Amino acid sequence: MTEAVRAGDGGVLGERGELALHPPASYLEEGFTIRSWLTTRDHKRIAILYALSITLFFFIGGAAATLIRIELATPNGDLVSADTYNKLFTMHGVIMVWFFLIPSIPATLGNFLVPLMIGARDLAFPRLNLASWYIYVAGASFTVAAMILGGVDTGWTFYAPFSTLYSNTHVVWVLAGVFVVGFSSILTGLNFIVTIHTMRAPGLTWFRLPLFVWAQYATSAILVLATPVLAMTLVLVAVERLGGIGIFDPALGGDPLLFQHLFWFYSHPAVYIMVLPAMGVVSEIVACFARNPVFGYRTMAYAIIAIAMLGFLVWGHHMFVSGQSLYAGTVFSLLSFFVALPSAIKVFNWTATLWHGRITYEAPMLYALGFVGLFTIGGMTGLILAVLALDVHLTDTYFVVAHFHYIMVGGAVSAYLGGIHFWWPKITGRLYSDRWARFAAILLFFGFNATFFPQYLLGIAGMPRRYHEYAPEFQTLNVLSSGGAVLLALGYLLPLVYLSWSLVRGARAPANPWDATGLEWRTASPPPKRNFAAVPVVEGPPYAYRPSPAGIVRAREGTA
Amino acid sequence: MKTAGAQALSTVRTAATRPRTARRPRVAEQFETAVQQRAAATLGMWVFIATETLFFGALFFAYAIARIQAPDDFAQASRHTNLVLGTANTAILLSSSLFMALSVRAAALGTRQAAVGFLVITAALGLSFTGVKLAEYALDYREHLVPLVDFAFDPRHARGALVFFGLYFATTGLHLVHLSIGIALVLGLAWRLLARRPGASAEHVAIAGLYWHFVDIVWIFLYPCLYLVSRA
Repeated sequence: MTEAVRAGDGGVLGERGELALHPPASYLEEGFTIRSWLTTRDHKRIAILYALSITLFFFIGGAAATLIRIELATPNGDLVSADTYNKLFTMHGVIMVWFFLIPSIPATLGNFLVPLMIGARDLAFPRLNLASWYIYVAGASFTVAAMILGGVDTGWTFYAPFSTLYSNTHVVWVLAGVFVVGFSSILTGLNFIVTIHTMRAPGLTWFRLPLFVWAQYATSAILVLATPVLAMTLVLVAVERLGGIGIFDPALGGDPLLFQHLFWFYSHPAVYIMVLPAMGVVSEIVACFARNPVFGYRTMAYAIIAIAMLGFLVWGHHMFVSGQSLYAGTVFSLLSFFVALPSAIKVFNWTATLWHGRITYEAPMLYALGFVGLFTIGGMTGLILAVLALDVHLTDTYFVVAHFHYIMVGGAVSAYLGGIHFWWPKITGRLYSDRWARFAAILLFFGFNATFFPQYLLGIAGMPRRYHEYAPEFQTLNVLSSGGAVLLALGYLLPLVYLSWSLVRGARAPANPWDATGLEWRTASPPPKRNFAAVPVVEGPPYAYRPSPAGIVRAREGTA
Repeated sequence: MKTAGAQALSTVRTAATRPRTARRPRVAEQFETAVQQRAAATLGMWVFIATETLFFGALFFAYAIARIQAPDDFAQASRHTNLVLGTANTAILLSSSLFMALSVRAAALGTRQAAVGFLVITAALGLSFTGVKLAEYALDYREHLVPLVDFAFDPRHARGALVFFGLYFATTGLHLVHLSIGIALVLGLAWRLLARRPGASAEHVAIAGLYWHFVDIVWIFLYPCLYLVSRA
């Protein structure tokens, strides 16, 4: 820990580990005005801008979910009308998917960490990076405008011809919002791909990259290749809605299946946009708190790429009952099973990383272990849904709702919070209360399971999704689910409190509080504007947690 | 008559040791070297082209499905496009790509004046394409072929023809937006090369060239899809 303590004095480790005599100010001290934040090109500050924006939207989307769960506490529609209920679940979906989950890990942790992890001073295109955030804000404004005008009731999937002909709500505003925010994702993805390709530090070969960077790379490829298809699809929906040009509506000569193909061509890979970065975060955390190198590092990297590629080939499993051909359904079913292979490799490798490790249970580790368990359950139930015959029964039931919440909330959000806790000292330079953080992580885990496991049972029993009323025999499980949601909400609100508190009263964080490997820990907490005093040189593989003759970075040996 | 630009050029010629068309590109602070910066800019454009390909790809896919749904309507509608203007525009745009390629080559060889000249010709051809296309839109309007505004067609084929012309205006309109951005890009680059501004080098010409050729290739697919359906 000597190195960490010394760096914590405010010094920055140079290339050979020497302390710079006059350490540069941290990125947070580069300017204190609102203007300095709104015009910044520093990837770290842009990450903070994103973090604040998506946190706001997380709680807006969460408020919609709260109303949904309150409504579903009784079988009758006694809180909101059916129309309002439709608008609530639509806004919940739209906001959580496009304004929270998609940008969550890439735009915040990815933005902050990718340049640090590869030893670069910034992303390749800093101005473009700032532009992405402004595009996000513009898209968000359209969506908020739609909410203020009265909302939208199509569901987050905008299925045609309901969205193009029948819905009387503000569909075009929300389409515009999602269209615009898509370009924010595309530009972030473009920036990451170029940065990871061209700006790695000397010696940092592809197979020395942290798995977090691999995950960001694969995610970026999906962002760049899938998002434009969604954008164009939404344009076509708007064209049909405004101009009566029959592309999707069969009454006008269009093909409604075309919409579903185009939509899911984006929206299935979008699931991997959410979960691949989460896998990257979990790999970093599990290795650090098990004090072991990630088991099967190369297979982990290949699995990330395999998931990203196979993710493009399985969209038809959302359409088993839509009337696509049985042959297509069979192929999509088979391909969906294939995705389970690299996913299982990852789960087994995280487990094997724990083997013979010196495991400690700090808050980030609890979140990461929670991810592994919840992702496994979500993934296994995904296989059930990939079975053609079972899917006929389960389509549009709460089983599907539970499945994707296990992946996207139990998985991706747990990992996001784990990552926030893991890198919080690096990002803010402060330590939070680990006791409270562990309590929140455990509360979240139990709250999550209490909320969503009953929904699997409801789905098997046949309760359909997207109705504000239900048959009385479903009430027990629904009350259980709503009760769990209270715990879940507390689990999400708690970090807001103790993390904010740490900004004011938290102890100063040393450069490397977890004694972790990785270049981001080789600079001060919080890092200076240009990240490193000197360009780091990498001389070995990542995750050198076991004593290993090959040092990772010269800087480390210099202070040992 | 010697313009300011020509004078600036002569000073470059005296400094014959410099192989670049303009001053050495400034290296932005996030990069270590100019080589790294160049690699990043080039890769950035390629990734952008990849995303654009899928952007247009969705539109072509929708076109394919709609045409399979209503092949006769599409054939009839296609016969109402203006083959002469469409073909002329194809020739104009392909020529512009030639001059873009010549400019990239000239910039790489360090002949700045030639590079600027070719860029100006490229932009002029792009502007001609825009002019012809707008004239064509006016003719389409006169023939009642503009959905939303004024659309009338043989009722036996009207349903598919409406989709055809909806896609026609969506694709050519989107293409025209891309082309306009390209023209602005090329003219801006020509001006900065002439004024010897930083941020205008052979690499910039090459990257602008990538974009220009991409926009051209989109048209090469649009032309047969829109103008040549069953016109054999």
